[in-house]
Amino acid sequence: MNREPLIPFVAKVIGITEETPDVKTFKVVGLDGKKPFEHIPGQCAFLSMPGVGEALFSITSSPTNKEFMEFSIKKCGCVTEWLHSIEIGQQVTLRGPYGNGFPVETDFRGKDLVFIAGGIGLAPLRSVINYVRDNRKNYGKVTVIYGSRSDNDLVFRSEIENEWMNAEDFNVYLTIDRETPAWNGHVGFVPNYVKEVPLDNAATAVLCGPPIMIKFTLAALQELGFKTDKVYTTLELRMKCAIGKCGRCNVGDKYVCKDGPVFRCDELNELPNEY
Amino acid sequence: MKKIAVTELNSVFRAIAENADLFLPVKKSGQTDFCKWEEGDKVDLHKLKTTKSAKNAFFPQIQDLVKFQVSGKEITVEDPALPDKKQVIFGVKACDAASFDILDMAFTEDFPDTFYSARRENTTIVSLACNKPDEACFCKVYGIDASEPKGDVVSWIVGDTLYLQPITDKGNALVESLSDLLSDADEKDVSAVEEKKAEIKEIIDRLPYSHLNLKGFDGEHLMEKFNSEKWGELASACLGCGTCTFVCPTCQCYDIKDFKTNKGVRRFKCWDSCMYSDFTLTAGGQPRPTQMQRYRQRFMHKLVYFPSNHGGVYSCVGCGRCVQKCPQMLNIVKVIKVLGEKKDNE
Amino acid sequence: MQGIEKAAKQRAEELLNSGEVARVIGWKEGDFSYDVSPATFTKENVQDFAYTPFCGANLSKYLIEESKKEGKTAVFLKPCDTYSFNQLCKEHRINRDNIYVVGIECDGKIDVDKIRVRGVDGILSASDDGENVAVNTLYGEKTLKREDLLLEKCRACKGKKHMVSDELIGEEKDDAPRPRFTMVEKLENMTEEERFAFWKKELSKCIRCNACRNVCPACSCVNCVFDNPASNIASKANADSFEEKLYHIIRAWHVAGRCTDCGECSRVCPQGIPLHLINRKFIKDMNGFYGEYQAGVNIEVNAPLNSYDVSDREPKDFDSKE
Repeated sequence: MNREPLIPFVAKVIGITEETPDVKTFKVVGLDGKKPFEHIPGQCAFLSMPGVGEALFSITSSPTNKEFMEFSIKKCGCVTEWLHSIEIGQQVTLRGPYGNGFPVETDFRGKDLVFIAGGIGLAPLRSVINYVRDNRKNYGKVTVIYGSRSDNDLVFRSEIENEWMNAEDFNVYLTIDRETPAWNGHVGFVPNYVKEVPLDNAATAVLCGPPIMIKFTLAALQELGFKTDKVYTTLELRMKCAIGKCGRCNVGDKYVCKDGPVFRCDELNELPNEY
Repeated sequence: MKKIAVTELNSVFRAIAENADLFLPVKKSGQTDFCKWEEGDKVDLHKLKTTKSAKNAFFPQIQDLVKFQVSGKEITVEDPALPDKKQVIFGVKACDAASFDILDMAFTEDFPDTFYSARRENTTIVSLACNKPDEACFCKVYGIDASEPKGDVVSWIVGDTLYLQPITDKGNALVESLSDLLSDADEKDVSAVEEKKAEIKEIIDRLPYSHLNLKGFDGEHLMEKFNSEKWGELASACLGCGTCTFVCPTCQCYDIKDFKTNKGVRRFKCWDSCMYSDFTLTAGGQPRPTQMQRYRQRFMHKLVYFPSNHGGVYSCVGCGRCVQKCPQMLNIVKVIKVLGEKKDNE
Repeated sequence: MQGIEKAAKQRAEELLNSGEVARVIGWKEGDFSYDVSPATFTKENVQDFAYTPFCGANLSKYLIEESKKEGKTAVFLKPCDTYSFNQLCKEHRINRDNIYVVGIECDGKIDVDKIRVRGVDGILSASDDGENVAVNTLYGEKTLKREDLLLEKCRACKGKKHMVSDELIGEEKDDAPRPRFTMVEKLENMTEEERFAFWKKELSKCIRCNACRNVCPACSCVNCVFDNPASNIASKANADSFEEKLYHIIRAWHVAGRCTDCGECSRVCPQGIPLHLINRKFIKDMNGFYGEYQAGVNIEVNAPLNSYDVSDREPKDFDSKE
């Protein structure tokens, strides 16, 4: 008989980067020092500390990274607070990968791609953006629009500025909600910025961020003429099993953990609005 | 077909319990539930609806998943042993017997639950026809026949005699192992059982809920049912307790919790309820903030979402426990009647 | 009783039609007489209003939410329900100004489980002539003595007087309160082992559905400690028998001095656990320690556990046997 899917294995944190005051990126390997498992961009995994709890996170690193996995995690609950307190060498438990992931080898192939993220919402998109960058010839023009509360809250800033901005046919637009002394870039909310940057509405758009940003960005994209079957987003609901059984993430006849977390907007329109 | 006098059943229970954990409807402090049988227990085979359903035998309220030892930065995982003891569950009524097929769809299809599957594998089900169905029963609506339940062995009580008909290999093996205690049924017995079945069918046919109309409860009408304006009124008295969920034979939602003990961290799975406010609560928000939404979720799941995902099979077997146990008398029948289509002659 | 039902329904209609109230909280019948649900009525559905021998549910707790709504809410309260209502007003859970209380006569309500326990199955309907209850079932007619079928809370009725009301429907009979500590005394007279065995047997039936907590008018915390994942005792965890026992004891302590003995906990328990006995033991003890007190009678009087007097008994005064 198969191993019980709810039983995790032990992994180890080999690196911790402080991205912003409340976001850290954790590098994780198995106890053998190797990458724990393969995944598709957009998929998730459960990290846990026994006695603290288990929580689901999107895998931030690209599958093209063959050495380790990364998780970028914002401090906002029991498990995340514990993770923010740990040091390198700490063991954690891990299980996954879960979910459908982005259709990087099907629907995205050959397309112009527009990535739009707010705050920590860039974490799941980083996996697919780096995957596209590492398989550059398979995709068209790439546009990244990313916004955060302040310049201090922009995650992956050095990677964005040193690598994405220099990548071939990559356009990156950053914005922050309110002016700060150190910032000389664009100031304004993401949904408004989307209407200002040059976009081709035939492109495929991928959104991730807080619900309010998603709501207004979807409206902006619709205004620009993007079709709902070309717009993707990734949902986040409470999950305990991630294998479609515990019932928490059930929305309509879908389970976000196994049928998602990536959904096309036309698919979401067919579902009850309980996400 | 085999038979035994009802008064002699203790010898059968004793023989089964020698080699397996035997679950029987046992009456304790006025309530009857499936319990592991012990000599001297007050067995209550005639109880139509045990308070909790028989699902406990496969999907117990608490299931230990794994144990961890934590030492400094290190973690050790202690895999649990899968349940390997043979089980016999005796006296399962048709509705509960049918619920196992529904739980199978949830727990044994992709990512099989190994604890559930192991127990299923190790268990022989002896079902029992319902001699006295009650007003809250509506198994017929789901095509379940209370006069001939599913099971490895099917049984009937006619007068003072219990008749046993093995159906599967497991059932044959069980009946075979009891051959010293059972005698062969003759033609007269067979016709007595047939008469009993006809009598049960006649009762079922005149039950007030036997003819509920489920037309329109399907994936096609998902948004229409979801958006109905009737949900508010249907749910207004709901207390948000978990009674309906915990007595339901098909409710399958669970929680995973850690419990710190002085011998390590115990991670276990336990029944949960979509009726609880913390079921979907996250640090980021609450997708179902009102009790109406939680109430709607439970019935939409049973009557629309589940059939939409499982070829039209409803996640309800019409046992009627919710009809009798809801503290405020809200239940799935009221939902079906209010949201469903009227029959032509109504 | 039918006269009362008619009068109550008529009054509900008047209150709605005149615009005096925006909604009425009352009871609604189901399919089998016994399956009565609390319901919110407006002009559109007031024809479904019912007041029958099965209207045991205490509607007070619903008013916490209802009294926050726009416009006035009328509520029908039986005498015992008014104690809970008063207590909730005292705790500032209900906005009294938004509620219109219609006190309604009560002769005691019937517990359907007490019909079933007498071997009456397949209940289709039941009618009550004040002395007897005639039950029509799938398997024939049965007549049972009404007194034997009363809800536990009615067997310990505190009296037929309403503690608060804006108007009354029916009579307020001068019945004396019924004795309610008989079973508590029986438990007190048991040996420790016997008592432990009694509670172990009862509480091991608990399925941690939380119905007792959710129905309890004294359990009005916005966030219950048993729902707090950080508390390590979160509700359904039902981790072991120890926690199962702890749950009911913690709840009893928390409602001590505020519990009016409305009996809803035992009425709703799907496993028939006599939970009211734990609360009654507390009430009896407090009466002994601090003098007679009934929560919900008078909202101006301080509860014994909320007031201090130098003459109060100190923990050191308590004999360990008590």
